[in-house]
Amino acid sequence: MQALPSTSLTDSPHALRPRVWGWVLLAPMLAWLVLFVLVPMAILLVYSFCTRDDLGRVVFEFTFENYQRVFDPIYLRILGRSIGYAALTTGICLLMGYPVAWFIARQRENVRNWLLLLVMIPFWTSFLIRTYAWMTILKGNGLLSGLLLSAGVIPAPLEILYTPAAAIIGLVYAYLPFMILPIYGSAEKLDNALVEAAHDLGAGPVRAFSEVIVPLTWPGIAAGILLVFVPAIGMFAITDLMGGARVPMIGNVIHNQFIKAGNQPFGAALGIIFTLMFVVAYTLAQRRGRSSHP
Amino acid sequence: MIEIQGVTKRFGEFTAVNDVSLHIKAGEFITLLGPSGCGKTTLLRMLSGFETPDAGLIRIAGEDVTRLAPYRRNVNQVFQSYALFPHMTVRENIGFGLRMQKVAAAESARRIDEVVALVALQGFEDRKPGQLSGGQRQRVALARAIVPRPSVLLLDEPLSALDAKLRGQMQLELKRLQKHLGITFVFVTHDQEEALTMSDRIAVFNHGRLEQLGTTTEIYHQPRTAFVADFIGETNLLPADLIDLTGATARVRLEGGLELNVNAAQWPAGLRRASISIRPEKVHVSKQRVACENVFEARVAVELFQGVLDRLVLEFTGGTRLTAVVANESALLEAIHEGDRVWCGLHADDLVVVRTE
Repeated sequence: MQALPSTSLTDSPHALRPRVWGWVLLAPMLAWLVLFVLVPMAILLVYSFCTRDDLGRVVFEFTFENYQRVFDPIYLRILGRSIGYAALTTGICLLMGYPVAWFIARQRENVRNWLLLLVMIPFWTSFLIRTYAWMTILKGNGLLSGLLLSAGVIPAPLEILYTPAAAIIGLVYAYLPFMILPIYGSAEKLDNALVEAAHDLGAGPVRAFSEVIVPLTWPGIAAGILLVFVPAIGMFAITDLMGGARVPMIGNVIHNQFIKAGNQPFGAALGIIFTLMFVVAYTLAQRRGRSSHP
Repeated sequence: MIEIQGVTKRFGEFTAVNDVSLHIKAGEFITLLGPSGCGKTTLLRMLSGFETPDAGLIRIAGEDVTRLAPYRRNVNQVFQSYALFPHMTVRENIGFGLRMQKVAAAESARRIDEVVALVALQGFEDRKPGQLSGGQRQRVALARAIVPRPSVLLLDEPLSALDAKLRGQMQLELKRLQKHLGITFVFVTHDQEEALTMSDRIAVFNHGRLEQLGTTTEIYHQPRTAFVADFIGETNLLPADLIDLTGATARVRLEGGLELNVNAAQWPAGLRRASISIRPEKVHVSKQRVACENVFEARVAVELFQGVLDRLVLEFTGGTRLTAVVANESALLEAIHEGDRVWCGLHADDLVVVRTE
């Protein structure tokens, strides 16, 4: 008899193998994270407590000055504005993205796949090219203004580019797919019988939406909010290119401290505070998610 | 209670429900029975409001609900998949309908407790549906649907996900509950045995049409079409030609040449050809010649031992075959064997003439 009872497998030293293999498979990613996330964060943390010399070089001399400067009203205002813009972007993305995600999720499978492809098509083009395309559309003598002028809707060229509105348009455009996709993922899994059951028990469209659909697609909503809000706060390229320099975001400020102003310790301090903020926001969002979904 | 008049529903080219008219009485347990795709579920969904008829009229308690939204109907449904809200506890699930009706908290709590006791779910109120067994989920779905006190309860194959033993138990429980509540139950199933066990009346559907409506005994003993005779229970369905119709007796010839006397009143007027349905338990088999309107000699072609019953396939001269089921008494079992010559008797009253499609 060539019986091979299962116990002989678990008892053998080979039982350790899956574990070892797991780590081997994870190793490249872990190395990447350590090298390009943990180490830079450590450098940033060290820099944030340093001063600089007249040439802008980092001097390893302990100080809290950088952190004190972060809480200067100028920077708090910029931070506040960044949060406001990001929140507005997230809100618009949620309002625009939820119906789209829901609509796609309710289609037949082949239609669904085509619509999802349409959502993702913009990713095939470089992000910068898309941003410049928006700039040509929005500028004073650009496509949008020209169309509205020739249609007689507006009397004079419309100057949207380099205004906060342009920055918001650019941000919403860039992050909308990140809202649609996770909500779609949740909505697609939602059994339509649950919605019918809600209607059957007397819930009109509004109650069915708030009592059943939202709680059951909440994981997707939460993921979408995080995926849009977090990068939108830190985004500097779109706000720089489309919003103009008049309304700097926190991302622009940090970017400038490193590239233009040459104040790396202060930029590092801003970056650290900024990262901490994310961690707190993320933790809160997770907890909200768990309390409604034990 | 429910009046369905000439209701038709199409999905593209497919006609799911074809000109169905049906009157459901208050407080009765009616089953919509038929194979999958026969339109029974679509008809139920039109009663709950999830589908709108393309033609026809539906009235519930005198009110025209043909185009009324599901949340405005005093009708509740038990879904095939139960459709329990996974983010709510058993108590919250059951209380959902009351909350939508804005029933006061104290009153609502009392009614929930009452229904929880009725379906024997005490102690499970704070569990989530994911922490319940299939049978328990089934009872939560039931409790959730009856607690708002609907005038009609719609049940869409609610027992199909349960194992055979639990299903039998739930059939009895549902029947008991229906008698206790006095609510009209409209039950959808493809299981004819389940339909016979539970219903007051059965509506048999095929290809979107109502084939026959009747009490369980009517449906079983007096099927009107070959489809009904074949779908409900087991039967021998034999095409027959009319050869003589005089007085109270009609004489027909089966394929293979066997001639039978049937009650003339049964034969559909004007037809030359129909089918004879003979239930296997109505075929009398004996070693002695039996006293019947129709008596033939036959050979036992196959004998199948099935525990309580013995199944015999009889072959007549000319090749006609009939299945007979006889109680497995030892005397008979000893007497009859495969290959034996036996006498076969058929009472005219047991021969049901049905229209052939």
